[in-house]
Amino acid sequence: MLFFRRKPALISGEGAPVEARSVWRNARLRLYRNKAAMGSLIVLGLIIVLAILGPSFSPHEYDAVYWDRIQMGPDFANQHWFGTDGNGRDLFVRTLYGARVSMAVGLLATFVSMVIGVVYGATAGFFGGRVDNLMMRFVDVLYTLPFMFFVIMLMVVFGRNIFLIFVALGAVEWLTMARIVRGQTLAIKRREFIEAAHAIGVSNLTIIFRHIIPNVLGPVIVYATLTIPQVILIESFLSFLGLGVQEPLTSWGVLISEGANVMEVAPWMLLFPAAFLATTLFCFNFIGDGLRDALDPKDR
Amino acid sequence: MTRYILKRLLGAIPLMLIVIAVAFFMMRIAPGGPFDSERALPPEIEQNIKAAYDLDKPLVQQFGIYLWKVVHGDFGPSIKIRDFSVAELIASGAPASIQLGLSAILLALMIGVTLGTLSALRQNTAADYAVMGVAMTGIVIPNFVMAPLLSLVVGVYWELLPTSGWGSGELKYKVLPIIALSLPQIAYISRLTRGSMLEVLNSNFVRTARAKGLRDHLVVIRHALKAGLLPVVSYLGPATAAVTTGSVVIETIFAVPGIGTYFIKAALNRDYPLVMGVVIVYGALIISLNLLVDVLYGLLDPKLRSNR
Amino acid sequence: MTAVLDVRNLETRFSTPDGMVSAVNTISFTLNAGETLGVVGESGSGKTQVFMSVMGLLARNGHCTGEALFQGDNLLTMPKKKLNTIRGSRMAMIFQDPMTSLNPYLSVARQMTEVLVEHKGMTTHDARRHAITMLDRVGIPEAARRIDMYPHEFSGGMRQRVMIAMSLLCSPELLIADEPTTALDVTVQAQILDLLNDLKRDFNTAIVMITHDLGVVAGLCDRVMVMYGGRVAETGSVKDIFYAPRHPYTKGLLQSMPRLDGDAGSSLYAIPGQPPNLQNLPKGCAFHDRCAVRSDRCRDIPPALLDYGNGRMAACHHEEAAR
Repeated sequence: MLFFRRKPALISGEGAPVEARSVWRNARLRLYRNKAAMGSLIVLGLIIVLAILGPSFSPHEYDAVYWDRIQMGPDFANQHWFGTDGNGRDLFVRTLYGARVSMAVGLLATFVSMVIGVVYGATAGFFGGRVDNLMMRFVDVLYTLPFMFFVIMLMVVFGRNIFLIFVALGAVEWLTMARIVRGQTLAIKRREFIEAAHAIGVSNLTIIFRHIIPNVLGPVIVYATLTIPQVILIESFLSFLGLGVQEPLTSWGVLISEGANVMEVAPWMLLFPAAFLATTLFCFNFIGDGLRDALDPKDR
Repeated sequence: MTRYILKRLLGAIPLMLIVIAVAFFMMRIAPGGPFDSERALPPEIEQNIKAAYDLDKPLVQQFGIYLWKVVHGDFGPSIKIRDFSVAELIASGAPASIQLGLSAILLALMIGVTLGTLSALRQNTAADYAVMGVAMTGIVIPNFVMAPLLSLVVGVYWELLPTSGWGSGELKYKVLPIIALSLPQIAYISRLTRGSMLEVLNSNFVRTARAKGLRDHLVVIRHALKAGLLPVVSYLGPATAAVTTGSVVIETIFAVPGIGTYFIKAALNRDYPLVMGVVIVYGALIISLNLLVDVLYGLLDPKLRSNR
Repeated sequence: MTAVLDVRNLETRFSTPDGMVSAVNTISFTLNAGETLGVVGESGSGKTQVFMSVMGLLARNGHCTGEALFQGDNLLTMPKKKLNTIRGSRMAMIFQDPMTSLNPYLSVARQMTEVLVEHKGMTTHDARRHAITMLDRVGIPEAARRIDMYPHEFSGGMRQRVMIAMSLLCSPELLIADEPTTALDVTVQAQILDLLNDLKRDFNTAIVMITHDLGVVAGLCDRVMVMYGGRVAETGSVKDIFYAPRHPYTKGLLQSMPRLDGDAGSSLYAIPGQPPNLQNLPKGCAFHDRCAVRSDRCRDIPPALLDYGNGRMAACHHEEAAR
């Protein structure tokens, strides 16, 4: 596609002045055609609906202990669809509570990282020069620090506080977002229409909101979609190590950790939460890839 | 080039200082520090303990002392594992951890680069889709799920390999941990290689190489691969971070007597000096690998080589 | 005269996510030994893709049908192994963007010697000597020293000289130059064109000059082929095309050339409208909706490329009467 990639305007248009089809509409059409992404969107939607509504269909509470039904396989008579865990709690409800926690952490921490990253990156890119140099050097420095270990230390020091997980993960993940936004801003800033806007005296603020932000939105959305699974993964990792969410609250990492300990006798305790986690991560990754291809279809 | 390396080396020193400082101050501001949780001790004993850990001095001076000791390889004694210094514990865990991590990275590089390149050369064929499907699976199934599954299937059901322990370092104990540790990296590196190779294979200079009538393998190996591997080289820094982080889980799951296992025990027991020691050692490892990557990158990219 | 390159009924298509794009629609032409052919057209007229097809350099999603006979052998169907013995050796190509067309990670010496090692079986030492001679020949000062530099250490014009030297290493019978001066400064453009003119004389190489700049054609070429919408609109000698254009598109192109002797106040002429959509070409003449003299026949029936004698060919319904 060497040739047509560079000159896209020439193959659209019907002789009449080229109709500027909206970038977003084109992207949406391309996304609709991407079966993997659309399938993932549906599956993910189902998981979210299940996480929100599912527990209310079950007669069990997430922290209710049934002493007579410890570590039982899936049992439909008692409506333990996924079986019970080592403390005799219903695994279906616990898996869905885990979904709530994992999703909430994923979305909130990503949001935190997005806000920090966009503001930081756009500032650096827009002002450029020495400000940019300094701000990006700072990001480079942070990049080389062993952040996972700092997060673990944070958990050790301040106890395993779920709010702290949001902040810590958000604070770790903003670096790449800042780099992406800064690169995009720099590229857009050099484009003719921005120079033209400057030349006719449009204010900086208007330029940022009218021209720069809409143009960095695409990559930001793509990267945010790909950050969510990363954050979910890190949260599960911390919980797996016993450094994340604490009892009786649960998350997929906690459930997988419990399941891994007894997988030889109670494999369902590992398989159900693991399947949910993997499926969710799959979906987010496919959606993110689909969005990227839709917004920036250069590889095809 | 020498100046470039020196500059990078000098840049690494403040980074190390930051790591040590963060580790130190985070542990010092911890509510419920190591000695608060103990029962009330007679004042003179408490005084002795504090003196032993330099807790009776001003914070900045404590940091100075700690820094001085760290530079000389002394991380203090472990609080929970009696009679051992942190340095001794780390040294005892290092051989297993280093073997594990290094093998995992090398394996991931070899397999990941090969798969990614083949995938790019056969873009949109069944082989490409298969490799990328497997790579996606490797990325979304975290190693703390993959490791138990591997040991369940290979170790428990098939009884081919031991599921835990290290023995006296025989190969059979290393196979599963190394595979579990390298799988996500294989997946990541093959995706990375595929992406950058696709871009390079479509680049103008590769087109020139084809126009010169070079045979395919020369075009790929001599012209495309060098540029295509630059992103992989710069990923080596983050890869080190990911593998050290991953080794913490893998060592725990397979009961490997490495640094990671100590780290998790220390974190759960609040063995502060040990946690600090491990974080600093891992920090030093990651920073020096990043340094190495910078130098390597400089060697590969003629623009950097001549300009700096 | 013998034909170096004889292209017959070449068609090139690209399959894109948005549908099939026809870049080249059934074109035929011949190029004789030592002749210089200018290929003129707007971006998207298919002029580059014709020669990408000939060189076997189409992007992965492109494929072509027809014949491209190089000294009698069909380049489009020959095994890649055989094609590789021809391209770079007997047929070479230089590209539009000298900044990105050289490998930034290999020294110029490496990139030049490998051609000779591959095609002529020279030792690296001999190849290097030959490469230095060639760099010297294309006007690179201190060639013996600069050959060990990397592309980023050369200026744009120098890089294009390196590209030209590289393409001439094996004294090819055919040199395809794809807008070699478009990315360069005007003064450098003139130097490169002078260089090509010299080389044409010295090496007796047939040259294809792909360009959208009629000025380049006037200075360098013997014959011109004007392309529009993936088809040939008109061919003929430079003189005929400039002084007696037959196709309305050629006339438009000539009119839109800025002229020094034009009235100071007059605005530049531009052909109205846009190039055609290659995904969905019009049924009749591709140019009809921009054409000042169009009729209903132009909309419905594609005009054939007819011979007007003296190597003149044109595809326009309104010229047929002049035959």
